[in-house]
Amino acid sequence: MFAAASAALLATMAFALTRAFLGPTIYDRILAVNVFGTKTVLIIAVIGFLMGRPDFLDVALVYALINFIGVLTALKVFKYRDLGTAGPAPKEGGS
Amino acid sequence: MDLLLDLLSWLTIGIGMVFLFAGGIGLLRMPDFYTRCHAAGITDTGAMLLLIVGLMFQAGLSFVTVKLALIMIFLLFTSPTATHALAQAAYTGGMRPESAQDETDPLEEAGS
Repeated sequence: MFAAASAALLATMAFALTRAFLGPTIYDRILAVNVFGTKTVLIIAVIGFLMGRPDFLDVALVYALINFIGVLTALKVFKYRDLGTAGPAPKEGGS
Repeated sequence: MDLLLDLLSWLTIGIGMVFLFAGGIGLLRMPDFYTRCHAAGITDTGAMLLLIVGLMFQAGLSFVTVKLALIMIFLLFTSPTATHALAQAAYTGGMRPESAQDETDPLEEAGS
């Protein structure tokens, strides 16, 4: 059961990687990398059960944190072209 | 009892695998970015929930279940947030859905 689940997870990760390579825009690539990250968390948990060592769950938890921060940082760079800004200036008509 | 738990676990993990495949194929074959967001959201929440609940059935009542619940709650908070931020960044960056009929900006109209 766990082996089948990890095979399905690997297939989905392969799909996501293909989209990350094909992706016409940068947002498609970030979306695919985000999906790849969450699937990595799941596959670490499932492989922990497959090996009979659920201690791997700590690694999965840390990976979930790192993945979230990484995606938001990449988004901030592409939205504001700068990591240092606190956000957009107050709106003066149009974005 | 063990058999029942095993069956429940099989069932949830099996449905989760179906969701995983559907989302992965959708991610590859959907026509534009926003529809791909939808496919990715299915694997991020639906498949994730089902797989982790299936693992919880296997783990029984122990500390492992608590860790699994922590992972589940954390992913439930973060992955919709990441998808929302991504869609908003794409919209701000000038990307429009393929099926958009008019050129008016819904964000502007809602704001005024």
